[in-house]
Amino acid sequence: MKPMFHYPEFRLSGHALSCLRAERLVFASLDVAVASGDVVFLEGQNGSGKSTLLRLLAGLLAPLSGALTWQGPGERIDHVRYVGHAEAINPALSCRENLTFWGDVWGAAPAAISDALDALGLTAVADLPARFLSSGQRRRLALARLLVAPAPLWLLDEPTVGLDRFGQTAITAAIDDHCRRGGGVVLATHVELGLSAKCRRVRLDDFQPAGNDLLAAGGGEGW
Amino acid sequence: MRAFVAVMKRDLRLSVRQGADAATGLMFFIVVVALFPLAIGPDPAILGPISGGVLMVTALLAATLSFDRLFQQDFDDGTLEQLLLSPLPVEFLVLAKCLGHWLTTGLPMIILAPILGLLLNLPAVALGVMLLALGLTTVTLSLLGAIAAALTIGARRGGILVALLVLPLAVPVLIFGVGAIDAAVSMGSSRPHLLLLGAAAAVAAALAPWATAAALRQAMT
Repeated sequence: MKPMFHYPEFRLSGHALSCLRAERLVFASLDVAVASGDVVFLEGQNGSGKSTLLRLLAGLLAPLSGALTWQGPGERIDHVRYVGHAEAINPALSCRENLTFWGDVWGAAPAAISDALDALGLTAVADLPARFLSSGQRRRLALARLLVAPAPLWLLDEPTVGLDRFGQTAITAAIDDHCRRGGGVVLATHVELGLSAKCRRVRLDDFQPAGNDLLAAGGGEGW
Repeated sequence: MRAFVAVMKRDLRLSVRQGADAATGLMFFIVVVALFPLAIGPDPAILGPISGGVLMVTALLAATLSFDRLFQQDFDDGTLEQLLLSPLPVEFLVLAKCLGHWLTTGLPMIILAPILGLLLNLPAVALGVMLLALGLTTVTLSLLGAIAAALTIGARRGGILVALLVLPLAVPVLIFGVGAIDAAVSMGSSRPHLLLLGAAAAVAAALAPWATAAALRQAMT
């Protein structure tokens, strides 16, 4: 086992966030914060903005209003790993080649590739082209990316979709381990993972804007 | 640097694995050039003078067919959004992609061009200039194509839109490229044409990564 390393202290906080998707306000005046050792569960109905919030935290979307503050070393972008619905797996490359590519992009140690494949039970299919993977195996491969090069903040969008019990155990263990090292996780899931790390919950249903479109909010003049 | 090389190597590896994709553009190049002697007639006196133009226009069309390979698949499977979150600056990501694109489409066309030149009775004196002009033209096209491919990402039937965006932009390159070959054929100096082509490639290399990066960021929102 490698010596236990710790992430530097960090805190990502969003204040009074609101976000617009397809001219519709997804959520408004939302406050959210994640710091070292935190697990934040995003809860809410389908369409309540869980994925949008995760993409916002990752930096793939800009908020309509409000501010995101990163406190910690360097820039937020270098410290975030995002696993979304799109799995970023190329079907023509093998599992190992897919992971090695991301390892090279993030500057990982070569040994980390095999360790990550092993941790998610993908060693047996490591050299198979990814097009032959089942959807659960694809999910595992996407999650293995988290373990390739360490980053303190994980943003996981429905990480358990398609996973069997082994996969769920593996991701639960990975999240617990990550938090022990001082990492933080924000995840949207409908499954209870049974984490031992301390968890907080953010209910997105509480931040739904009252008049749920811009026209009602007074933006209708221009049309 | 490691990330830059990784992106380029991945594209090279993918183009070998998905060989049919890369071969299609190349086959198009060969078939279209071969159509000209059939349509115009095999008279060397007619084919020789137009051979430079035929090669250039066909290379331009063949390159246009390949631009949707640049970003579309990576956009669809989520690779692109992960790359935008990576430490590799987006401008360098674009350069790596363009370099990979040129190595898999531009370079094979340059390698085939002498044979196709022979087919069209291109005068032997113009061969060197033709290769140089084709080289500079394809480099510029890979860079221009990246802008168009990034702008049309996610658009349905994006391929035709890419052609409409790239072809007008490619007109100056085409003029100087054919000008260089014609000058060489008529024993004139092709140097000014080649210098202008080089300038176009340099400008494209400096500006296209910025424009493409902006378009890619826009596509993510």
